[in-house]
Amino acid sequence: MSEALANLQGVSRVYQKGKERVEVLHELDLVIPAGDFLAIMGPSGSGKTTLLNILGGLDQPSNGAVTVGAAELSSMSNSQLSHWRSTHVGFVFQFYNLLPVLTAQKNVELPLLLTNFSAKERAARAGIALDIVGLSDRAKHLPRELSGGEEQRVAIARAIVSDPALLLCDEPTGDLDREKADEILKLLQVLNRDHGKTVVMVTHDAQAADFATRTLHVDKGKLESRAAA
Amino acid sequence: MARSYGVTSGRLVHIFNEVFAVTRLNILNLPKRVATSLVAVVGVMAVVLVFAAVLSMAKGFERTMLAAGSEDTAIVMRSGATAELNSGLSHEQTLIIANAPGLLKDGDRAVTSAELFVLVDIKKKSNDSEANVPLRGVQAAAFDVRLNVELVAGRMFETGKNEMIVGQAAQREFKGLDLGATVQLGRVDWTVVGVFAASGSVSESEIWTDVRVLQGAYRRGTSYQSVRVRLEDTDSLAVFEKALADDPRLEIDVYTEKEYYSSQAEPMSNFIRLLGYPITFLMGIGAVFGALNSMYSSVSARGTEIATLRALGFGPFAVLISTIIESTLLALIGGLLGGAVAYLAFNGFQVSTLNSSSFSQVVFDFAVTGDLLVQGIVVALIIGLIGGFLPAVRAARLPVAQALREL
Amino acid sequence: MKYLGLIWRNVWRKKARTSLTILSVLIAFLLFALLNAVGHALTSGAPLSAAQRLVVIDKISLINLLPISYGNKIAAIPGVRAVTHATWFGGYYQDPKNQFGQFPTDAEAYFDIYPELELPDEQFEAFMNNRTGALVGEALAEQFGWKVGDRIPVSATIWTRKDGGRTWEFDLEGIFTTSDPRGTTAFMLFQYDYFNEARQFGDGLIGWYVLSVADGADPVEVANAIDAEFANSPRETETSTEQAFAASFARQFGNIALIVQLILGAVFFTLLLVTGNTMAQSVRERIPELAVLKTVGFKDGTVLGIVMAESILIMVIGGGLGLGIGWAVAQSLNEALAAMIGGGIFLSGQAFIVAVMIMIGAGVAAGIFPALKAMRLSIVDALARG
Repeated sequence: MSEALANLQGVSRVYQKGKERVEVLHELDLVIPAGDFLAIMGPSGSGKTTLLNILGGLDQPSNGAVTVGAAELSSMSNSQLSHWRSTHVGFVFQFYNLLPVLTAQKNVELPLLLTNFSAKERAARAGIALDIVGLSDRAKHLPRELSGGEEQRVAIARAIVSDPALLLCDEPTGDLDREKADEILKLLQVLNRDHGKTVVMVTHDAQAADFATRTLHVDKGKLESRAAA
Repeated sequence: MARSYGVTSGRLVHIFNEVFAVTRLNILNLPKRVATSLVAVVGVMAVVLVFAAVLSMAKGFERTMLAAGSEDTAIVMRSGATAELNSGLSHEQTLIIANAPGLLKDGDRAVTSAELFVLVDIKKKSNDSEANVPLRGVQAAAFDVRLNVELVAGRMFETGKNEMIVGQAAQREFKGLDLGATVQLGRVDWTVVGVFAASGSVSESEIWTDVRVLQGAYRRGTSYQSVRVRLEDTDSLAVFEKALADDPRLEIDVYTEKEYYSSQAEPMSNFIRLLGYPITFLMGIGAVFGALNSMYSSVSARGTEIATLRALGFGPFAVLISTIIESTLLALIGGLLGGAVAYLAFNGFQVSTLNSSSFSQVVFDFAVTGDLLVQGIVVALIIGLIGGFLPAVRAARLPVAQALREL
Repeated sequence: MKYLGLIWRNVWRKKARTSLTILSVLIAFLLFALLNAVGHALTSGAPLSAAQRLVVIDKISLINLLPISYGNKIAAIPGVRAVTHATWFGGYYQDPKNQFGQFPTDAEAYFDIYPELELPDEQFEAFMNNRTGALVGEALAEQFGWKVGDRIPVSATIWTRKDGGRTWEFDLEGIFTTSDPRGTTAFMLFQYDYFNEARQFGDGLIGWYVLSVADGADPVEVANAIDAEFANSPRETETSTEQAFAASFARQFGNIALIVQLILGAVFFTLLLVTGNTMAQSVRERIPELAVLKTVGFKDGTVLGIVMAESILIMVIGGGLGLGIGWAVAQSLNEALAAMIGGGIFLSGQAFIVAVMIMIGAGVAAGIFPALKAMRLSIVDALARG
């Protein structure tokens, strides 16, 4: 049994919308071993995106503790969380969220701007990341010149460029056709098996979940477990 | 024949309806685009405001100067002198002038006033700085020679005494010129015994006294600078001029008061205009950029709406015109606001400045006149048209399919 | 610095919009530069060394004349290094419209007191040896096409000659220039002796005295001493520094400075609106992107800084261009109008500094609200929206 990378204990997330009190996550416990490829599924509004956000330090739980690696996220300040995110986690979104004004390479270099690397070093590392996702020849293209699948690969390159241990993906194949979606999922598998990244993927797609090693279901803020075949 | 006419007019009506419908949609839609629209409006407002403010200065100055100008009064100065200060006439010469033909008579004496003025330092009320105020020595007929001067308070000065009457505007603008006050100029004390009005003309910026007393106080002997005469009628100018030109004892120039003040006003008002128009032009260009910005932004915000209209069958022409109308309307609002603020804030505001031609202060007020406001509105409309044109073309050309995809 | 690439590309996100905004900024600063340059010429006519020179006029009125006998008395006052006099001749050349300054003076002392005026020695010698000689400034010579050796007739409006004529003829013996960038050369000097002999009236009377104060002496004290000397005499004097004298005329133009400021105020207010609106739109369009920046680890403060930098950059580019063009136009205006108003139209260093401060200040003001919005946006909400 590998070491736990992430540990959630009794995590609740409550939103106050005027007089309404919405409980998105309800006393959730979850342990994610290092090197896991976890798929999280569930109906809309079940809280899966919120779970992902809390894992990545984008959101704080209303109750409970969140630990990722050596960091206790639930007790960190905004500024500390920012700093932590830049080196410990990579995000991949459904709509890629690339900066349209930057080339593929510059988009990938973005997280590295927060480091002390020289311009040359940044370019080199971005080059490696683009290589891994198989897009070295499109480095100088702008997002609008790339297909959906290519954009997502650039986003993945961006997510891994600072070599984080954890990769969080929110519906990464939601906007792609079957063929492209499979390519992306295969890539995530490579990153998981060959590069040791722990991947947590929120998805609607049961076929996407098949690429993962483990699937969890979330409904009304609570977890139900079901191991992969 | 009748039928083709019917078809043409039918088409026109159709187009008009289209334009009206699209424009109405545009306008109703405006509140959603308040921020950018506001920017265009304020930009134009600023241009018109500055335009009106600066040019109303020129107007006001001119109006004051020209109000003094009448065709029935002439000024005689030494030949070549373009301003009274540069002119010099002897006592004898003034008598010859006063006896020339063509002049209005009061009894058996012509209505003339031989005059001389000096500049004295008096402090402005507004900023306490010293200003050159004209102290003019006049003869008894001074009021008759000018058509618009009358005493509004106190009395006329007595000849031979150190008494003075002050123009209304001078009294308002400069310190210590109230009725009954003692004014110390040099080592002579003068008393203010009266206040006169001159229908807002430059004469109101002056202080008057008996010319003989002035000559004495300022050691001018018996010399004068000018003679103002009242012409018998407007045609007698030629007669008067010829008589003086033929006289070998005189080397003089004759101007109607109107001509004289016109030329005195010219440099200053030209200067103000020289500043005003270019500044307005530059600001106008800036406003056009602002309008272009707003309109481009408006067009892209309305992209899907326009595409929908086009898909429904509205022609590109209607879209084009409606965009131009929107831009012009915004500019018009800005122009009206700018004009209104200019009028409320500046009209009638009194200032005084040094008239470079006469080296003396002229008190005048800003005149935001109707024609200035009209000019301002025209400027606003031009900005609106230019600023709306290119974006309108873009709106009309927007590929329908592409825009609908963005829905 | 490493963020510069990102900032630059963000600024040019929508080329047309940015270009138009920059152009608006350009216009604003062009106006600023021009109004400042011209206003500068109008309000500070005094040449540089004017603080050390004093002008003595008749106390009662600037138009009154003073006796030439005052000259020696003034020279004797402690602190006075050298004194000269001048009188307003008030004539014109050929056409009454061609008016310019002609001054009968004590030329030797005049050039001593105005060291910025430069003239070849031979020309000066020739002038001093010619009773009817005249020295003319470069700008004036250019305007009328005069050359040394020309005979110049000047028609007098005030000063008739003893023989009754009004035309005074002069021999142009020299053309002088000035080393003072703000000084004028649009005037003429000639011999006082000729003037006094040939004029019909006003014997022994001159217009004003100009003197230079000795090193170490206090101009105010010297001025007071001079006025005290002639107090209670038939013609009392009023002495002020040349600078103050020129300034008093400038002040008489009323509040030109105020008007200029009001105009610029309106212009810059509009500018803030335009740029502020551009920045607001720019941020509104980029909410998901800004969220991504934060997701990737950019701190809130950094995001604020990036947006602010964009705003300031727009101001600086437009402002720099506007100032540059304004400076160039002021230069050529200055040359073109040199004859008329003798220089003074230029962008002072002070105005330049003020402009830069405005650029930065306006950049901050225009960008602050959008920047705060960007800084404060909640990543989670922003991404959900995207």
